Amino acid sequence: MAEAKVAPRPLSPHLQIYRWSWTMAMSVAHRITGIALYGGIALFAIWLVALASGPSAFDAVQWFFGSPLGYLILFAYTWILMHHMLGGVRHLVWDFGYGMEPEQRINMARFTLVGSVALTLAIWIVAFIAF
Amino acid sequence: MADNRADTRVSMRTPLARVKGLGASGHGVEHWWLHRVTAVSNVPLIISFVIIVAALANSPSYQEAIAVISHPLVAIILILAVISVVNHMRLGMQIVIEDYVHDKGPKIAAVIANNFYAVIVGVACLYAILKVSLGRILA
Repeated sequence: MAEAKVAPRPLSPHLQIYRWSWTMAMSVAHRITGIALYGGIALFAIWLVALASGPSAFDAVQWFFGSPLGYLILFAYTWILMHHMLGGVRHLVWDFGYGMEPEQRINMARFTLVGSVALTLAIWIVAFIAF
Repeated sequence: MADNRADTRVSMRTPLARVKGLGASGHGVEHWWLHRVTAVSNVPLIISFVIIVAALANSPSYQEAIAVISHPLVAIILILAVISVVNHMRLGMQIVIEDYVHDKGPKIAAVIANNFYAVIVGVACLYAILKVSLGRILA
């Protein structure tokens, strides 16, 4: 048999066909936040390299992060990081075979959003009160 | 979707051999497993990382930032976090690339670029952390 016969498989419809659900939205958000963190880590690398380069480079980078745009980026970065972390924990729970029931998985998806917003606000409030 | 399989019309290879020749090519679940292992290690390291960054929230001076980053516990946590995170993001981005880039050439180029980016970010962070913390001892 030299020829491999490939049966014509049905194609699944594309994303826009489906009604949005909590689990779908949080799944998409998990991937988007992961991509954002992938780019965002360069900011941390730039901050560290500036610190290692000396006071003038550090002051320039620190000026940017201390500006309104810098704070906005850091605040958004905090939420994206917390969202991806809670989403990841959700995936680890699923990896162990728990939380697959409809009600459980929708509640876990909602918790990812609510929990990430709550954690982000808590981090920023604590950061400015404690330090 | 592009069909990147070997030319099946002229091949004498069995379907099993063809499957074995592609796919994970002998590495099994290594990618999946390392992604999960780094996900687990990321959780405590990222929590520590957030606390360290929060301590630097009120625009520290150069000397204050050096003092924080060069503390051995902080430096060790940051080094571990960089190693764990850089590997996790490298594996994650490879999955995204393989999901959306179907043509073989661009896919290989994108995966290589992904590896380069992860190594550059990782080495830059590790070099900076080590220079700042070791510089305090040697100076």
